[in-house]
Amino acid sequence: MFVVEGRVALTIMLQIKDLCHSYRNEQNETLPALDHVSLDVAAGQFLAVIGRNGSGKSTLAKHLNALLVPDAGSCLVNGMDTRNPALLWDVRQTVGMVFQNPDNQIVASLVEEDVAFGPENLGLPPAEIQRRVTDSLEMVGMTEYRLHAPHLLSGGQKQRVAIAGVLAMNPRCLVLDESTAMLDPVGRSEVLAAVCKLHRQQGITVVLITHFMEEAVEADRVVVMDAGRIIMDGDPATVFSQVECIRSLGLDVPVAADIAARLRQKGIDIPADIIRDEELAVALCR
Amino acid sequence: MSIELQNISYTYMPGTPYCRDALLDVSLKIERGEFIGIIGHTGSGKSTLVQHLNGLLRPTAGTVCLDGANMHERKQALKSVRQKVGMVFQYPEHQLFEETVFDDVAFGPRNLGLCDEEVQQRVESALECVGLSVADVAKRSPFRLSGGQMRRVAIAGVIALRPEYLVLDEPSAGLDPCGRDEIYAQILQLYRTSGMAVVLVTHNMEDVARMAKRLLVMDHGRIRFDGPPVDLFHDETIQLRDFGVSLPHVTSLLKTLRTHGLDLDDTLQDEEVVVEAIRSALKRKRDSSC
Repeated sequence: MFVVEGRVALTIMLQIKDLCHSYRNEQNETLPALDHVSLDVAAGQFLAVIGRNGSGKSTLAKHLNALLVPDAGSCLVNGMDTRNPALLWDVRQTVGMVFQNPDNQIVASLVEEDVAFGPENLGLPPAEIQRRVTDSLEMVGMTEYRLHAPHLLSGGQKQRVAIAGVLAMNPRCLVLDESTAMLDPVGRSEVLAAVCKLHRQQGITVVLITHFMEEAVEADRVVVMDAGRIIMDGDPATVFSQVECIRSLGLDVPVAADIAARLRQKGIDIPADIIRDEELAVALCR
Repeated sequence: MSIELQNISYTYMPGTPYCRDALLDVSLKIERGEFIGIIGHTGSGKSTLVQHLNGLLRPTAGTVCLDGANMHERKQALKSVRQKVGMVFQYPEHQLFEETVFDDVAFGPRNLGLCDEEVQQRVESALECVGLSVADVAKRSPFRLSGGQMRRVAIAGVIALRPEYLVLDEPSAGLDPCGRDEIYAQILQLYRTSGMAVVLVTHNMEDVARMAKRLLVMDHGRIRFDGPPVDLFHDETIQLRDFGVSLPHVTSLLKTLRTHGLDLDDTLQDEEVVVEAIRSALKRKRDSSC
């Protein structure tokens, strides 16, 4: 049982148990990418996954909507086993994916047609498609661009269109695999704001894979991966206050956490769970 | 020895409904040995600007000169321009194509018509420059390397041409913090030892603040700022967010602490120095309140 923002959520959206996955190289040797990973994500949770390149984050993401299936162990999406081919389309409708490069995800020449692509393929009636397109664009704040050409939008706008396209499928879980890596800081904050709003207002389960620690700070929970395993798991304050450990993994900590740890070493009395600028300011100026 | 842009403008698809001005009357001189950062939001004209530096785009108006000679006057001129100005595009690993890492890096030098020994030597030193061991990777397929390694192979391919100017468009996008630090350490090392000019296009303010001596901010096809990075971060008249860029994290932390009444210099960058400054600010505060 999980506690999400004070409510008791009874459903587990993602249930990963002893998941193993290997790739093969040109010499036909197996290269393990995921090594007995177990992870439960409650419905409505906002989970951030961080880790170095090659730590297994993207491989894990691809298991969440059955782009990959486990070599061993299991991955259940809202109770559905991803290895069952009969459930494939249900799994993919439950978990929507947004990837890194916005230009690889846009298919149509008008924003509204692009967002309608998924629901059209579900064979929904036109009125329902219209409604979903309107709602999805509204949720990501792109309504006024409905009749624009997607390729002329900024990167942040394109990613929000890509998210709207996923939302139009009414997913219960949204997986973002480094979806802000190519964006400028303003584009990044636009996308992150849209994701936070979806999580808060629609209760969508979010799995956010990122190299930007300031994004991970916004999550309910942070999972750190290294060499195909989950090695840390907790709320952002718990994870990022372990500055040395995070560093040794080749990752960054938020600047406030870094400065707080250095001040603490010099004997200044500040709490261990500081990860935001404001928190540090308040602690120092008490 | 310089690249000089004189009053250049560039218009995409002129005379069509999609006509769009990407650069407006931009003048800029890049000297050998400079390290320049270029920032600005998507669509501000950064990429259009850098594509003029090696003659990939021909300005709609104005002239581009390399070492005093107009790039677009003679066709042969462009060939030498491309040798002198190396360009590393975004996600350069997408341009890898050869069967082995060695052949991929050797592609440029071979096209220069160099002898085998010279090619061999250039490939080895280029791979070394980007921190890859020749023995480990030369015979491997570039497509079987990790993302960070592939990117370094692609950068080595440009370095092997021994350019006098190296232009890099977002070289750290998609890399983890450690991979990013490695790439930048190697670029800095190369910059310091080779004497070439580096032009770095990036969204990452931390990198610019740390490395570039000169920073350009692009907005709506114009250069809106040209000077040392610290001047930009502390110029209260410039609204950075309007340019799609943010302050370095350390700077915004220092600004937050200032608004809470700590007397701090917000031009500091180094974490250790910041920590000392906070300690003495706290002490001053305590002393004054006694």
